[in-house]
Amino acid sequence: MSLWEYANPTRFMRLTDRVLPLFVVLTALTMVIGLVWGFFFTPDDYKQGSTVKIIFLHVPAAMMAINIWVMMLVASLIWLVRRHHVSALAARAAAPIGVTMTLIALFTGAIWGQPMWGTYWAWDPRLTAFMILFVFYLGYIALWSAIEDPDTAGDLTSILCLVGSVFALLSRYAVNFWNQGLHQGASLSMDKEQHIDNAYYIPLLFCIAGFVLFFVTLVILRTRTEIRTRRAAALLARERQG
Amino acid sequence: MPDLGQYAGPVLASYAVAILLLVVLTALSLMRASKAKKTLDELEARRRNNG
Repeated sequence: MSLWEYANPTRFMRLTDRVLPLFVVLTALTMVIGLVWGFFFTPDDYKQGSTVKIIFLHVPAAMMAINIWVMMLVASLIWLVRRHHVSALAARAAAPIGVTMTLIALFTGAIWGQPMWGTYWAWDPRLTAFMILFVFYLGYIALWSAIEDPDTAGDLTSILCLVGSVFALLSRYAVNFWNQGLHQGASLSMDKEQHIDNAYYIPLLFCIAGFVLFFVTLVILRTRTEIRTRRAAALLARERQG
Repeated sequence: MPDLGQYAGPVLASYAVAILLLVVLTALSLMRASKAKKTLDELEARRRNNG
């Protein structure tokens, strides 16, 4: 069976009805293991003290903030090219999750930055790109709400998503492009010399998996809601006509 | 409860705000899902009854 078959709303609803409970259980398990391990059972860092525990929220949230925008970009491109309604609705469903992740990344970053850098905020390349990404998320959500015709809203929000992708990429690679600012490089590196200690790395992997699963679970739930809302609107319109 | 030392405030604030945001997002999504399902069920039932 082709992946495109699931672009059919009925098939999508049938499949997700079966898999959603499994995702709920996996999300709860990985989130609880990761956050409890990270908060209660990791040692203080020799430089950063107990603030290192913020990494278990900040890094997964920041990764998700960028990756959710990338998912929205892919879904928007599918909508623009193939006109599958489920993909446009999935992008719409993902945006509030993305804005929440961006807010968590900005807030925990500021709280972490104050004791470590001596300031809550600096116009550093990565921080600034993240702030602009946050504004793009808000604009994306506002644009969906502002346009009555769903196909036009899908088209315009897809274009906005393409433009905003520049800032999603900048958020990820700003520290590589400009070797300046307060924010350090990637916390997770394939290079063993730069790798964080396993005492933090393993619970961090659980937290990242938990945040990814949280996103998948919520985006499925919210896409199902969008499909139902769209169907209800169509039925109401039919009732009024006839 | 681990000893968070002088940074107890920032660490606890980070966890409290992040968990609160995740819980609020989940609760709003569940409420909206439940409302959408109820509305659609009512409309489909009305459509069936009207033939």
